Amino acid sequence: MTAMLQALGARTLRWLLSLGHAATFFVDLLRNVPTALRRFALVVAQVHAIGNRSLVIIVASGLAVGFVLALQMYYALVKYGAAESLGLVVNLSLVRELGPVVTALLFAGRAGTSLTAEIGLMKAGEQLAAMELMAIDPRARVLVPRFLGGIVAMPILALLFSTVGILGAYVVAVLLIGIDAGNFWSIQQSGVDIWRDVGNGIVKSSVFGVICTFVALYQGYETQATPEGVAYATTRTVVVSSLAVLGMDFILTALMFSTP
Amino acid sequence: MSKRGIETLVGLFVLLGILALVFIALKAANLASFGQRDGYMLQARFDNIGGLKVRAPVRSAGVVVGRVKSIKLDPKTFQGLVTMEIEQGLQFPRDSSAKILTSGLLGDQYIGLEAGGDDKNFAPGDTVTQTQSAVVLENLIGQFLFNKAADAGAANAPSPAPAAPASKK
Repeated sequence: MTAMLQALGARTLRWLLSLGHAATFFVDLLRNVPTALRRFALVVAQVHAIGNRSLVIIVASGLAVGFVLALQMYYALVKYGAAESLGLVVNLSLVRELGPVVTALLFAGRAGTSLTAEIGLMKAGEQLAAMELMAIDPRARVLVPRFLGGIVAMPILALLFSTVGILGAYVVAVLLIGIDAGNFWSIQQSGVDIWRDVGNGIVKSSVFGVICTFVALYQGYETQATPEGVAYATTRTVVVSSLAVLGMDFILTALMFSTP
Repeated sequence: MSKRGIETLVGLFVLLGILALVFIALKAANLASFGQRDGYMLQARFDNIGGLKVRAPVRSAGVVVGRVKSIKLDPKTFQGLVTMEIEQGLQFPRDSSAKILTSGLLGDQYIGLEAGGDDKNFAPGDTVTQTQSAVVLENLIGQFLFNKAADAGAANAPSPAPAAPASKK
């Protein structure tokens, strides 16, 4: 009995310790941002590795989500004779929620795992220790450019997801189903607010970018220097990022969209 | 890949993001509409504002000329006090009337401003005196039932005696 309580207490303390460790890691990253910005070429290279390389999956998913959303919403709306507002429903769903969240989940899966694996293998191959021996701060040289790259890439990817989704919905709604094209665009123009909906969506995707990139970097940095350790850290990145993004999405939605 | 190649690709990526934002802003949001220039305020009092919300449009002849800025309850007269922002440069005569109308059958409510015939126009901060409140469905149904009952009563008693009102149930 006491052994179980002891184990529970130990687990909780270990969890709190790791939480504090993660917080200090985050503050360290922020502190090294000016140093990293001086070597801007590194940041650009990371935006390419994280952003450009994710374009294919983001655009393909956006198109698919746009198609499916238009079809399903049409079946639901046509029952109430409200099929003309299909454009508005798809636009708001994408720009407010699905764009930031689905992009963040895909980002965690594609860019997050690649970051964790890269940093983890660097740690396993003792490259980070070698850098420290040469008096190069691995955080400023390796970690922060990836952090900034993720923060820059994520809102752009979310916007592209939403845009491609709306275009996909246009193809299905106007070309396949036969809704009037003028109605499709004008009901969006009158119903979507640039600051409240699009602006809040961009804020959300920026927050999710910070979360996903930070979790990926932390898991990579703290991994055990073995192949199993790297594999474990990679899966943990996806799970922790996804849960954090979904939890944060609920909080942000409640904050931003509480009053109609 | 060469450094120049990487920089070009990243530049294209960021440009794509900016284009997506511009597309959404122009084609799929209300950026290109009224709201850029400041307007002047007008006030109006209604007995019942119904479902009117802040930022509802103010239309004249169907064209959006302003937005509802704030809705408050006047504690002295217990009427709803609505403040509207009207586009600068549009003047309305002093006897214009404001009605609360519904767009479509079940749509959002808006304020319809009908121009009157006075020579003088509203000054900023004036109050619209001719107002018509929103239609409340329950009152309408109550009125309808009352009229129906009154018609049924009148039909059952063809000779209206002032001392003996027909009250066959």
